Amino acid sequence: MGFDFSNHQRNAFLESRGIASAKATSTGTTIVGLKYADGVILGADTRATQGPIVADKNCEKIHYIAPNIWCGGAGTAADTEFVTGMVSSQLELHSMSVGRTARVVTAMTLLKQHLFKYQGHVGAYLIVGGVDPTGPQLMSIHAHGSTDKLPYTCLGSGSLNAMAIFETRWRADMPRDEAMELVADAIKSGIFNDLGSGSNVDLAVITKDGTEVFRGYEKPNERGAREGRYVYRRGTTKRLGKETLLKFDVQTVPVEVVGGGVGDRMEVDA
Amino acid sequence: MGSRFNPYTDNGGSVVAIAGQDFSVIACDTRHTAGYSINTRYAPRSFHIGDNVVVSVVGYMADGNTLVKRLQQRLEWYHHQHNKPMSVHAVARLIQTMLYGKRFFPYYVTTLVAGIDEKGVGAVYSFDPVGSYEREWCRSAGAAAALIMPFLDNQVNLRNQFDENGNKIKPELLDLDRALVLCRDAFTSATERHIEVGDGLEFTIVTKDGVRWENHALKLD
Repeated sequence: MGFDFSNHQRNAFLESRGIASAKATSTGTTIVGLKYADGVILGADTRATQGPIVADKNCEKIHYIAPNIWCGGAGTAADTEFVTGMVSSQLELHSMSVGRTARVVTAMTLLKQHLFKYQGHVGAYLIVGGVDPTGPQLMSIHAHGSTDKLPYTCLGSGSLNAMAIFETRWRADMPRDEAMELVADAIKSGIFNDLGSGSNVDLAVITKDGTEVFRGYEKPNERGAREGRYVYRRGTTKRLGKETLLKFDVQTVPVEVVGGGVGDRMEVDA
Repeated sequence: MGSRFNPYTDNGGSVVAIAGQDFSVIACDTRHTAGYSINTRYAPRSFHIGDNVVVSVVGYMADGNTLVKRLQQRLEWYHHQHNKPMSVHAVARLIQTMLYGKRFFPYYVTTLVAGIDEKGVGAVYSFDPVGSYEREWCRSAGAAAALIMPFLDNQVNLRNQFDENGNKIKPELLDLDRALVLCRDAFTSATERHIEVGDGLEFTIVTKDGVRWENHALKLD
């Protein structure tokens, strides 16, 4: 995966002259992870921002890396998306090659080596959690490539809000229900007190027996019904004129379908 | 190189003002922010300064609150010197001079004024930070101004709407209930898409009989 840096010098010059470059979509974000009695739980909010504007009210920040390894991502949305997808592919090949279940430390190593190579320009801040043959593992990774192995951690603009909740109530070996409630409360703390986070709570519970993903585990911010009715009469928009363009000869040609149908469809809104 | 002290902060928030046949209304959200944090979920942004005139300020609230305070003081002077209530167009002109007085260290706010003019018709005036002003039928200001103004243009002034014969539909002055519906919908939508808008909505409704307040909840995230 090579990056094209040919605009870098020009952009740096423009920035020094006060011409700001376009801001990438950042996930704002509150993401958390903790270890509990039977494994790990990851949590995330669902708001994606472009500056002060909400770009996506219900985006997915808990990414799949392996059936037993999932990853919460904060920072630049495209970076978290691609870097987790890339490592997921690499890990699947590696797992088949060595004939073993994927390990969290492997995912972590692949991620940190990639991120360090790009010196922080790949803006991915990740919480990787999973259960592998060595047990439950929880790690955080920063864009420059540093990692921490922790029993509980938070990342993103709402991380301080979430950590306040964790530091008050986390203890080792919590039961499942209590741990899920703690994660949800930490994310909600970010959702309501951090402007960069909002909308819903997503959860992923990973144990040695598998992963359960709760998309929309809590939805404390449903939009109320609109009061007015905004329906336009047909013809409200004025037609100013009509222009006929070149006519093309349209032929119907039968096309042979090769390969699968629905399964090959490209994912466009991941 | 080092960075200089920045005397201004943006406290977020949005305001909408609509004038009708015999009323005018200002709707403000009540969220007060700094960066990604919320300072308070209820900080009033519109003030009844007297004489059936309501002033709302949005932007840097330290400057906004001070402007309103100084305006109230000037209104008291006016009462003593002229022995009569100040008409809304006179208040508007006074605000222009107050704002331009700080042309080289401006009040970092957008100001909206709502009242009833001397013919009994609703009046709304909007100002830029250094005092340029204009009377309008409707205006949105603040963080979500760009999101709300096109909606107001379409629904209040009926822009881009044509009848069966291709003629522009002539806008009629709104009645109060319709104005309030538009304001509430504008704010619930702005709250969805702008992080600095939310928490609560406060209406100030001005009629010849006086000023009344109404509150409405907005999303807290």
